[in-house]
Amino acid sequence: MELAEENLDEHHLDEKEVVDVVVRFAGDSGDGMQLTGTNFTEATALYGNDLSTFPDFPAEIRAPIGATFGVSAFQIYFGAEDVTTAGDALDVLVAMNPAALTTNVGNLVEGGLLIVDSGAFTAKNLSKAKYQVNPLEDGSLEKFRVLEIDITKQVLAAVAEFNLGHKTGVRSKNMWTLGLVLWLFDRDRAGTIERLKTKFASKPEIASANIAALNAGHAYGETAELPAGIHVYKVPKAKVAPGTYRNMTGTNALAWGLIAGSELANIDLLFASYPITPASNLLHELVRHREFNINTFQAEDEIAAVCAAIGASFAGSLGVTSSAGPGIALKAEGIALACATELPLVVVNTQRGGPSTGLPTKTEQSDLNMALYGRHGDTPMPVIASSSPVDCFDVAIEAVRLATKYMTPVMLLSDGYLANAAEPWKIPDMSEFEPFPVEHYTKAEDFKPSIRNSETLARVWPKPGTAGLEHRIGGIERSFDTGDISYDPANHQKMTDLRQAKIASIANDIPLQEVCLGNDSGKLAVVGWGSTFGAIHQAVKRARAEGLDASHIHVRYLSPLPRNLGELLKRFDSILVPEMNTGQFVNLIRSEYLIDAQALNKVAGQPFKIGEILAAIHANLADTGGKS
Amino acid sequence: MNQALPKLTVKDYASDQEVRWCPGCGDYAILKTIQKLMPTFEQPKENQVFISGIGCSSRFPYYMNTFGFHTIHGRAPAIATGVKLANPELDVWVITGDGDGFSIGGNHMLHVLRRNVDLQILLFNNEIYGLTKGQYSPTSQTGTRSPSSPTGSIDLPLSPCEVALGSGGTFIARTIDTEAKHLSAVVTRGHDHRGASFIEILQNCPIYNDGIFDQVKDKKIAADFKVELVHGEPVVFGKEREQGISLNHDTLKLELVDATSDDVLIHDETNKILATMLATMKGPDFPVAVGVIYREDKSSYVDDSQQQLISVRAAKGSMQELLHSGHTWHVE
Repeated sequence: MELAEENLDEHHLDEKEVVDVVVRFAGDSGDGMQLTGTNFTEATALYGNDLSTFPDFPAEIRAPIGATFGVSAFQIYFGAEDVTTAGDALDVLVAMNPAALTTNVGNLVEGGLLIVDSGAFTAKNLSKAKYQVNPLEDGSLEKFRVLEIDITKQVLAAVAEFNLGHKTGVRSKNMWTLGLVLWLFDRDRAGTIERLKTKFASKPEIASANIAALNAGHAYGETAELPAGIHVYKVPKAKVAPGTYRNMTGTNALAWGLIAGSELANIDLLFASYPITPASNLLHELVRHREFNINTFQAEDEIAAVCAAIGASFAGSLGVTSSAGPGIALKAEGIALACATELPLVVVNTQRGGPSTGLPTKTEQSDLNMALYGRHGDTPMPVIASSSPVDCFDVAIEAVRLATKYMTPVMLLSDGYLANAAEPWKIPDMSEFEPFPVEHYTKAEDFKPSIRNSETLARVWPKPGTAGLEHRIGGIERSFDTGDISYDPANHQKMTDLRQAKIASIANDIPLQEVCLGNDSGKLAVVGWGSTFGAIHQAVKRARAEGLDASHIHVRYLSPLPRNLGELLKRFDSILVPEMNTGQFVNLIRSEYLIDAQALNKVAGQPFKIGEILAAIHANLADTGGKS
Repeated sequence: MNQALPKLTVKDYASDQEVRWCPGCGDYAILKTIQKLMPTFEQPKENQVFISGIGCSSRFPYYMNTFGFHTIHGRAPAIATGVKLANPELDVWVITGDGDGFSIGGNHMLHVLRRNVDLQILLFNNEIYGLTKGQYSPTSQTGTRSPSSPTGSIDLPLSPCEVALGSGGTFIARTIDTEAKHLSAVVTRGHDHRGASFIEILQNCPIYNDGIFDQVKDKKIAADFKVELVHGEPVVFGKEREQGISLNHDTLKLELVDATSDDVLIHDETNKILATMLATMKGPDFPVAVGVIYREDKSSYVDDSQQQLISVRAAKGSMQELLHSGHTWHVE
């Protein structure tokens, strides 16, 4: 299907109370927009709104000041109802310079609020953003509510008493801006103040200056004469289930899920990886938690990382490795060794825009084919994908369970959006997770490395250091009966069939596919996997509110597929599969079930918008009338 | 633990697998020597692990009745690092060849040596690719005629010991496949060394590169073409031990002198500069050095990793505490 977009009619900045709001902070990559965004997120979570965030930053660490390619942004969607995406169009745009304005203003709704630092609209910065005329002066922004403030001047006045000098002083611009936006939505500053004190514990004057800037921004909102139509907006609290909550990014949820998985499996875990964007943060998070039975290893390259993980698994720990697309390609030979030797291994792929270096900081789902098929030989392995930042926790536990229970490598697909996005998480109670303790084989009598569980078909896991279990494994085909090298033709057929059957049997050990929104039959099922969950969910919800017969099916298990999936899909007249690739899952569905599923593809480095999926639903149902 | 160990013999270390190297291959001699040597370490056999890559030499683990892992081409050092990190109690051996260790796996060799992971690396150097039927390797002499270089190879060869030294290796030695006594002595010292022990074994391939090490292996002439290094002893060689090696202090180069000269070097295996010079000696002007070329005490990666773990695990982690750490809020 052609990718089209509908504007969602839900922006009401005229009212004092609004149901939901999308705010985007945009500035230079050195302007501290990510810090501003995370602090605003914390305050919003505490306020009681549901929310979802999307940090969007350039690959360059410090691009030239004022350059459009150096714009770093942080988007947050918060509201009184369930929020599962970072939002489509912007209600509020904070632009710290002309480059941030020009790259983002196209997404601001008519009547939206634009906050700009007029002090940064210098001739030099305007020219870098390719503005011939200052947009603050030529009337081009008339359709927005524009709040022009010389933030630089305001900040320098606010921090004057600390004698920090111009350069250090203006660095508090982001906190001044945060103070103003916190006022705008009636959010508390206390959490930010506490974090500033902790962050700058060794530089109390810097902490004080930032706090002064924060307070000054807030006071500006309270006291300054603002243009008509700009006032405090109330966003009612969301109805959320009782419990203790925290904010969680996908990366941290995944890291903690691996830790939880190792606890539930009662096994040591070695996380071996090589830095690559956007996967590195997983290593950064895990190395901070070696108080658990996990250790980390920064290998010399991607291949060494997967190999060290396999070595750890051979030694009786669980090896886990992680990367993004290009790095996973390098690991392919190692993954096949884990498959051939039947050792557990978890491979995390935080997908990014490809091919090659592609778009390292942007998101995509284009490694599904590689996950399913990207190895030499007949090398099946389970593939599972997380649907939201906090879902990464559960999916990581599931990857550990499958790898250790079935003695197989498991591919866990995340992506750049999930890795960096954050959402509130009702903290789970670990006692509600069923443990799945690993049992290493210890019986020396009649031992053979080829002994396997007749039910799971999993090979035994004897670990070095166990007397009487000395044995050899390797990449050469092994005899089904003894585990020794075998070049026997019939044995190779048997072992190939066994490897297929073992992975296929996992379909009996995973939940049946459910419909997550709507009926289990009807006119249209929108079928997704991975991080498109949020946008699809909102689009289907809106379509259903219009009375359209659409359902949302979200697939976590991509190999093996849930055993009822084909039968379920066949109960719908039409299947629509939105994906951030050129149609990899839709082809799987088409070939697996001979269903004429329709593709909706977006490969722009950005997540789907709700309006894009809603437009496709409308187009799909237009012919049939669509009403149920 | 040791007193409870049953007395092991060479037989305990031979696996039930049929050895499949070509008749006359130097690997047989190495296998026999290592199988005989293993019981002398008086370690629990189940703690000994042999890990290899791909190539003729890498079949070695199949023939040892210990834990063994025949992995993928060039990656044995990386897999061994993972094994050792997961269980530092294991006695880990890496078996590799000149192609496996220094061509496809060169990067891992560099880093396992740099990190000083506590394991033994036995490099079977036959200066040829055997298992793929005779192509030249990164240690083949320039001009080697092979199926992929019928008019002579034009690659310049590397010296494994020199590269190992340059990578920060802390134990560098060279020995010969059929010299069982010397091989045993060198490997024993490598095994005693805490850190990565790199042992180059000159190994004859009777099929594709026969006789390249004859000068240092042939009992009749070997004394004139190799020098056995012994820490604290003069560096002398020859049938009558009549020649010596000395350092010319003006040119900073090694030179041959009469063994009786006062200038004859006394081997100091802790001197890295001299070690590099000795490691790279070759014919026709110089003898080939065998023995322990270099040794230094440095902390090993796995020891340091364990130390960090002990310190961060002073208080064990609690999942429930982690989940509630940092900023949380409660909804009634």
